[in-house]
Amino acid sequence: MKILVAIKQVPDTATQVKIGAGGKAIDTAGITWIVSPYDEFAVEEALRVKEKRGQGEVVAVCLGPDRAKEALRSCLAMGCDRAIHLNDPAWTAADTLTTARALAAVIKQEQPQLVLCGRQAIDDDMGAVTAQLSEVLGWPCAAWIMEESVDADGKNVRAARQVEGGLEVFDLPLPAVISAQKGLNEPRYPTLKGIMGAKKKEIKDVKASDLGLGAEPPQLSVVALEALPPRPPGRVIQGDVATAVKELVRALREEAKAI
Amino acid sequence: MAGAIWCVVEDDRKGTPKKVMAEVIGEAARLGGPVEAVWLTDKASEDGLRELGSWGATKVWLLENAAFAPYRSEVWAAALAELAAAQSPKAIFGPVTSRQREALARLAARLGVGIAADSVAFAMEGDRLVATRPVYAGKLLSKVTWAKQPWVATLRPNVFRPAESQAGKTAAVERPGVKIANAQMKFIERREELSTGLPELAEAEIVISGGRGMKGPENYVILENMGKVIGAAVGASRAAVDAGWRPHRFQIGQTGRTISPKLYMGFGVSGAIQHLAGMRTSKVIVAVNKDPEAPIFKIADYGIVADLFEVVPALTAEFKRLLEK
Repeated sequence: MKILVAIKQVPDTATQVKIGAGGKAIDTAGITWIVSPYDEFAVEEALRVKEKRGQGEVVAVCLGPDRAKEALRSCLAMGCDRAIHLNDPAWTAADTLTTARALAAVIKQEQPQLVLCGRQAIDDDMGAVTAQLSEVLGWPCAAWIMEESVDADGKNVRAARQVEGGLEVFDLPLPAVISAQKGLNEPRYPTLKGIMGAKKKEIKDVKASDLGLGAEPPQLSVVALEALPPRPPGRVIQGDVATAVKELVRALREEAKAI
Repeated sequence: MAGAIWCVVEDDRKGTPKKVMAEVIGEAARLGGPVEAVWLTDKASEDGLRELGSWGATKVWLLENAAFAPYRSEVWAAALAELAAAQSPKAIFGPVTSRQREALARLAARLGVGIAADSVAFAMEGDRLVATRPVYAGKLLSKVTWAKQPWVATLRPNVFRPAESQAGKTAAVERPGVKIANAQMKFIERREELSTGLPELAEAEIVISGGRGMKGPENYVILENMGKVIGAAVGASRAAVDAGWRPHRFQIGQTGRTISPKLYMGFGVSGAIQHLAGMRTSKVIVAVNKDPEAPIFKIADYGIVADLFEVVPALTAEFKRLLEK
């Protein structure tokens, strides 16, 4: 079974982000880049499906600039067999729909039976690509998966979506798209052997024209990035616990009107 | 009417719209409307229809069909797209819920338009709509706009001021016929979580959160006791979830749930960036921590530097006294 995992390279959560010149994107100088955490769950799950079946191929795909190769290399070190890098200036301002269309075009060429994504990338937090990809492909999709199992003959995936108050379990005929929620698995760390082996694995560069795609303007574009408005200064309530607690409740009721 | 702002109804799956719809409808009205609701359900209640009208929807497009429950994105997106193509709304809004974050993204792709997910503010700038969304773990705000209509967006719950219910205001109910797509996916079962008897994390107006300072899973009962007194949901930080003290569904933060309650109270929560990402749009923030240097004090409105195991019982008792008055 061929499985494709779509990943994104994002700034590490702990990295300080600053607004760049132009005011529409962050200043990328000095940023530590990582594979978006939810995408690691997707990679891990793809590898587990392959291992359980005893055969198959896991292909990692990433849309991004040159630096995104590092993220693909990490996926190869975890155990993905090969990688595809969607790397073209035409995609610089890509929105979720442009990304979904590019991924769909690769998927039509590669013809995997299962596509895995993370539930959202932790930079833009849009969380739309999985659903949009499935729409462009005309495939069923299930987002925020906590469990999945592909049946023995590879015709169907049973997936449990996290919803308010519980899990909803669906059978999706393959091919299908599913997105990983935290809790699906615990991603493995690359082994030294994996890291060494990753250097020899293929990362194929793909341009928009290779997929028969033109440069289309994004449907959603950033007007401006802004710093958060400062929160009004808070206060630490002094005194012993009994006094502080009384004052807190009074303040919540009378000042903040929060209770 | 052409050019309406549509509000896609989130309901309790039993025929009643959720309270968050008052927020979505309220914001649509502030943006100038006209406000119309679109309700995909297997069974709408009369009370529910009245409620949508009382919040300010002038019309309800009621798509009532057994195929809409249980929810499947393929079926919802196809029906919404067909209706949108016929009616040309200028915007399609829905609250951020497990169904709508997926269905509206899929709908936007089907219509070939942009989506602004998890928006926290909107403004009309001339004849274009600009949405504000937290990005980069909530460290920055991104203002985005659309190349064309309809402007599809999901709205973060508890952020927008809800419309006030006005008795006597009613919505015209239209039942348009739409094609029901053949679903490829098949519903198997729904597994309910063990109910805590407390509100759902994402919907709660008050959220209590316990972090590493809780010291172990057995101690969350003191937070749950407080939750019962003030009607709060109880969540946890990633440190507590990763330690196995609480199931992942209770995690607040970047790899958990994003919440925006009226009141957030963190006990033994240090305030790591990834936790702040999930709660920094809360209206009032209270922090209780033994460590005066804990980063959460930087964004807290009220802080108490003390042992949570002394504060929590005293605070619970004080809340009880207040609310029994």
